[in-house]
Amino acid sequence: MVKQEKEFVNRPDNTAFTQQRLPAWQPMLSAGIIIPGFVLIGLAFIGIGVALFVTSQSIQVLEVDYTGVEQSSPCFKCSDPDVKNCVCKMEFNIDSLFKGPVFFYYGLSNYFQNYRGYGVSKDPNQLSGDLDSFKVPSDSCAPYEYVGKTPIVPCGSVANSMFNDSFKLYQIVSGAKIQVTLDGKGIAWWTDYNVKYRNPSVTPLKNAFNGTVKPTFWSKPAYELDPTDPANNGFINQDFLVWMRRAALPNFRKLYRRITEGDYAKGLPAGNYSLEIAYNYPVLSFDGRKKVVLSNVSWMGGKNEFLGIAYLVIGSMCVVMSIVMLIVYAKFKFPEEE
Amino acid sequence: MLEERRVRANDREYNEKFQYASNCIMTSKYNIITFLPVNLFEQFQEVANTYFLFLLILQLIPQISSLSWFTTIVPLALVLTITAVKDATDDYFRHKSDNQVNNRQSQVLIRGLLQNEKWMNVRVGDIIKLENNQFVAADLLLLSSSEPHGLCYIETAELDGETNMKVRQSVSVTSELGDQNNLSSFNGEVVCEPPNNKLDRFCGTLYWRDKKYTLTNQNMLLRGCVLRNTEACYGLVIFAGPDTKLMQNSGRTKFKRTSIDRLMNTLVLWIFGFLVCMGVILAIGNAVWEREVGSLFQSYLPWDPPVDNFLFNAFLSFWSYVIILNTVVPISLYVSVEVIRLGHSYFINWDQHMFCSQCNTAAEARTTTLNEELGQVEYIFSDKTGTLTQNIMSFNKCSINGQTFGHFLFFLKKHYKRKFNSIKRLDFTPFNPLADLDFCFYDDTLLESVKVGDLHTQEFFRLLSLCHTVMSEEKSEGELVYKAQSPDEGALVTAARNFGFVFRSRTPGTISTTEMGRPATYTLLAILDFNNIRKRMSVIVRNAEGRIRLYCKGADTVLLERLHPCNQELTNITSDHLNEYAADGLRTLALAYRDLTEDEWEAWSESHRCADKATDCREDRLAAAYEQIEQDMMLLGATAIEDKLQEGVPETIAVLSLANIKIWVLTGDKQETAVNIGYSCKMLTDDMTEVFIISGHTVQSVRQELRSAYFTGNGLREGDGTGGRAKQLPCPPPPPPPPPPPPSNLMDNISGEFALIINGHSLAHALEADMETEFLSTACACKAVICCRVTPLQKAQVVELIKKHKKAVTLAIGDGANDVSMIKSAHIGVGISGQEGIQAVLASDYSFSQFRFLQRLLLVHGRWSYLRMCRFLCYFFYKNFAFTMVHFWFGFFCGFSAQTVYDQYFITLYNIVYTSLPVLAMGIFDQDVPDHRSLEYPKLYEPGQLNLLFNKKEFFICIAQGIYTSVVLFFVPYAVLSDASQSNGVPLADYQTFAVTTATALVIVVSVQIALDTGFWTVINHVCVWGSLGSYFTIMFALHSQSLFRIFPNQFHFVGSAQSTLLQPVVWLTIALATAICIVPVLAFRFLKLDLKPQLSDTLVRQKKRKPVGRSVGGAWRGTGSVSEGRLGARGGSRRSGYAFAHQEGFGELITSGKNMRLSSMALASFASRHSSGWIDTLCLQAHTECVLCFSGDILRNGEDVDCSKTHYELGFNGE
Repeated sequence: MVKQEKEFVNRPDNTAFTQQRLPAWQPMLSAGIIIPGFVLIGLAFIGIGVALFVTSQSIQVLEVDYTGVEQSSPCFKCSDPDVKNCVCKMEFNIDSLFKGPVFFYYGLSNYFQNYRGYGVSKDPNQLSGDLDSFKVPSDSCAPYEYVGKTPIVPCGSVANSMFNDSFKLYQIVSGAKIQVTLDGKGIAWWTDYNVKYRNPSVTPLKNAFNGTVKPTFWSKPAYELDPTDPANNGFINQDFLVWMRRAALPNFRKLYRRITEGDYAKGLPAGNYSLEIAYNYPVLSFDGRKKVVLSNVSWMGGKNEFLGIAYLVIGSMCVVMSIVMLIVYAKFKFPEEE
Repeated sequence: MLEERRVRANDREYNEKFQYASNCIMTSKYNIITFLPVNLFEQFQEVANTYFLFLLILQLIPQISSLSWFTTIVPLALVLTITAVKDATDDYFRHKSDNQVNNRQSQVLIRGLLQNEKWMNVRVGDIIKLENNQFVAADLLLLSSSEPHGLCYIETAELDGETNMKVRQSVSVTSELGDQNNLSSFNGEVVCEPPNNKLDRFCGTLYWRDKKYTLTNQNMLLRGCVLRNTEACYGLVIFAGPDTKLMQNSGRTKFKRTSIDRLMNTLVLWIFGFLVCMGVILAIGNAVWEREVGSLFQSYLPWDPPVDNFLFNAFLSFWSYVIILNTVVPISLYVSVEVIRLGHSYFINWDQHMFCSQCNTAAEARTTTLNEELGQVEYIFSDKTGTLTQNIMSFNKCSINGQTFGHFLFFLKKHYKRKFNSIKRLDFTPFNPLADLDFCFYDDTLLESVKVGDLHTQEFFRLLSLCHTVMSEEKSEGELVYKAQSPDEGALVTAARNFGFVFRSRTPGTISTTEMGRPATYTLLAILDFNNIRKRMSVIVRNAEGRIRLYCKGADTVLLERLHPCNQELTNITSDHLNEYAADGLRTLALAYRDLTEDEWEAWSESHRCADKATDCREDRLAAAYEQIEQDMMLLGATAIEDKLQEGVPETIAVLSLANIKIWVLTGDKQETAVNIGYSCKMLTDDMTEVFIISGHTVQSVRQELRSAYFTGNGLREGDGTGGRAKQLPCPPPPPPPPPPPPSNLMDNISGEFALIINGHSLAHALEADMETEFLSTACACKAVICCRVTPLQKAQVVELIKKHKKAVTLAIGDGANDVSMIKSAHIGVGISGQEGIQAVLASDYSFSQFRFLQRLLLVHGRWSYLRMCRFLCYFFYKNFAFTMVHFWFGFFCGFSAQTVYDQYFITLYNIVYTSLPVLAMGIFDQDVPDHRSLEYPKLYEPGQLNLLFNKKEFFICIAQGIYTSVVLFFVPYAVLSDASQSNGVPLADYQTFAVTTATALVIVVSVQIALDTGFWTVINHVCVWGSLGSYFTIMFALHSQSLFRIFPNQFHFVGSAQSTLLQPVVWLTIALATAICIVPVLAFRFLKLDLKPQLSDTLVRQKKRKPVGRSVGGAWRGTGSVSEGRLGARGGSRRSGYAFAHQEGFGELITSGKNMRLSSMALASFASRHSSGWIDTLCLQAHTECVLCFSGDILRNGEDVDCSKTHYELGFNGE
């Protein structure tokens, strides 16, 4: 045996791998698998679709457009960009209990947070609290990099264009306005708040910003964004974080507040409500719209009719296809398969 | 004469003026210093590489860069490195082989002394000495040799593939120079033509001592030849190194591309076009958007000061989109294709079924770029000698005096296994110590017949031992080596030797033999040499007793006509035998003798001398003289020689032709031989309607013959409507096969029909521009085409002709240097390795040692390679379109700003990591049917020839599917996520969540798709598919992890996204929905296609599932199995004489003139007798009984001695 091995030094190895004889599974699209498979998938999809659809139907959404394009709108007067510190009130009423927890969103449309040049216009080092970047912001921030020779902190288009309308919600109960408590805690991503964005470890925070200027659109510097809560300032201000997490699509909404405390934790009872808007953010120049959205959620998140319907459609198509395939199979099956 | 070359012997200064090439050959391309720049330069000549370099430069411009530079540089660097390493290794081996050749030693005569010089230092004008069995170092003018008359023998196998020896002779003035002292003072000057590649032509003039001598090819020894049978010779170097005919013939190595390659390049160009279109659309979109929206949006996003213009913005956006959309043709496509081909090449190298244990050679894929084309071959051009045949002639059967002896082993082995085992190879040694041990014969009755002293049998072998032009060499006692000009003659003389009639030596006038142990010397009166017209040769000898006899052997057709009428009965029987032999594909010869009286001889001798001396029409006169004496002969019998086919050749040819591959035999051999082999390997059969032979010498006659063949073929074809599946003319697109179930007429394909045999000189006319189409249409109408006596150049021309007109994939297979041109010009060249010559192997793309491996190479490896490559390409284009086109759709929602949908790391890794391995695994390991099935059902090969699995249509289907997938992958998340939110109210429509969702959906969809496409799930496929999915999630979580972000806050913006996104049920519902929408239609479509239009391979896979292999499918399918049995039916057909001597006339004239005899006849005689007596002594010692050896010198004359010899003879041999 050994001798023979020596004789055939060039003989290729006789292994399953080299001889392409590896054991293998050869799946076949046989009728026995495909047709029942389609039926099963179809039924499963229909099931999920029904569940999704029903769940989605139970979710309540209320949208209030306050752009003020129409003259009849209470915010029309504020839509003129020359008017400063304008406040307008939108009234709306709720027919039945708006089950809590209710989420309070602001929405913008035709707004391109996903524009490439916009998205890159920030300095991640600066936002993670690197003081060197306070002095020399990244080039990517241009043209919101310097005012004269003073660096802007936080620099870049994204930060500069931060949404700065603010809202107050009142329930009008027999003429009296009862303010609905809005909770602004934890509306940003955990990682954004705890990891990605860091204030420089300088106390007081204000000192870190020495030698810098606030973004040109901002009325207050970063360290004074939330006068009520000193911890909610700088780069870890919740509203700032929400804004900085840019939207994928030109029509988007962002979480503004939650209604989870006080009398309204269980939901907004039926009745009339008044929304008081500090109108600062100009959108009319580019045909943008602004709105406020109130919504509650289910296990699967917010209202989403598309998902349920799509599941139903695909599910039914699978079932229909399985019937078609059954007919075809019965007519044209292989003679050998008998 | 435009140019000429002047060479003066022994005068280096003079020759240096002309700056002729030195004898150093260089086939390598680089050295250490030039490697990097040259190699890079070459690599960037590849359009793809330059394109990616261009992209890289684009990405360095910040205004344009939509992706980081590393997304391009990583794969580009990878590709460049891999290619560079491969090139470097290739070149290293070339350096090595160059060095080895350049450093061979040769003896150069310098200032009267022989000095050892390396080959590369040999200069034009040097005189070098060659010894026996040495390679000729350069093209030499033969000056003198150790043999008389300045003769020397060379073997030119390396050069033209002909294995017979050739004679070269020096000009008489130089042959007299003799030794080196004289030669060193030789100062002749040669004026000759400039270097060219014509192997058979040389014209020049030698000027020496004010005299002119004409030089021809007869005086030249060409590089690559081997000196044989000649002790030493001296030659003057005329051409050296690259100027030699060998190197001039080797031609430039053409870079071969497969048709898939070419298709791929076209498609890639289209895709570039497509990409530019996309870019333009998006740039226009961008211009519009910037004007309508962006300009108004400037309060939040002002235009960059240098841009500040929507048109310029759009221009930049175009380039940005070119960058992000370039992944439709990722560079990894080229890498992956190479990797897959490399894998397939290794499988070929590793295949044990293509390992030949006799020569200890495994198959070798010498190029790794052509594998899938092996699955598309339509034409095979095969050499004959050494490829189809082993170039071994074996004496197989004979008919003596109406009795047939011998078995056709090949045949027996196949059909009578049991009987075969009972047959023992004859052992000649006890009977005859001079026997050749390699000789095989299996019928002991013949040996018995010799032993008992049957007169006819003995005379039969005596004829074989006398009537030939073989030269013998006896180095030591009993060690006879025959130098035959053709292997047939060698086989016949060897047969006679083993049966006791040993040819020992010859002088110009005598032939010495040992007959049944007793030395005998015959006086050789005349050799009536062979030529193509005569088809026979005769010798006239006078035996010891003084009787004169003419022995003749020749083609039965000519010989049987010249028999004495009294042979009628024997002729009939022998004819039957001849038919039988011919049907077995054996080469037959008839043998006859004639007794001549002294007067007859004298008379004829006189007329012969007259003819010989004639100055005009000498040939004709001689022929007439020969004709005159070769009459009234007595038939002795017939021989049948097997031109041993390589193992399994007929079966292979049958299988290949069932696979619709047309096989053309292109051989340098003569027509009869080629036709004979055509029959024995079943390319030609007796069932064939007609075999057209084109052998005209003029344009007109060739045209005429071609036309009549064409019309005959057509007429008959149209005439018999019954054939049904007879191929239509013009032939190139073979009729698409009917759907698999009724293949009952598979066998029709190889039976009947027509064959074309064309001669070299006719081919020269047929290949001219105005006739080539006619030739082509006739040839393609024929089932088999055999071109004989073709030159190497013509072989290449035929291949080029098919390539040019048929758009079919051609494969050339050969073993000799004469096949090199054909091997190089065909799409695929295959060399037969394990033989002596390696030229063909060196030029080839694949090499193995047996012709029969070709079926495995094509039907198994080629088919799989093609299938895998096609599946790979389909999937690859699909996955990249699905991946990239998402950006296009996203463009409409992000202001056409070239914002990518995915994380840039995902874009970098998608093609390299996440989706590369599963498709590579499929591309390397996939199988639809097992290998033995491919061989059983050659029809499975057809999709490759028809190019069905990957063509433009398939490509469009793939990219349509890819685009569909991209639409789903973008719009489903778009529709779902735009309003969705997490259960804590945070909206899901942020960019990063969207990116992760889309990317995950993409990876899952393409993974499911590859899972569907993979037909053969080995462990490796499982590991790759699951591993890739796993790696996607692992890498994504790692890249989105906090720890990595803390280290590089600037790089990893997606921190936390994976976690946040993938915890959402909505995201998973979205992914599931997208997957279902992408995959469900594909599944349904495939199922319906499988049901409505099943392919043969599908059917076979199903069968395997349902029933054990072997049964089912009905008898029709087993047609292939009966290929070998088909041989039986072919018996008993037309007779074909295979009198196949050398291409040229024999050595007859040389022998009779005595030019090539070295030893004196005296010395020879004593030599012979000494040995013979020794042999008899041994015999006598062995025999314990007293033996009387009574061998008859001439049995026919001394008829009465016979009985005596018989008894004693037996005594002598039974005594051991």
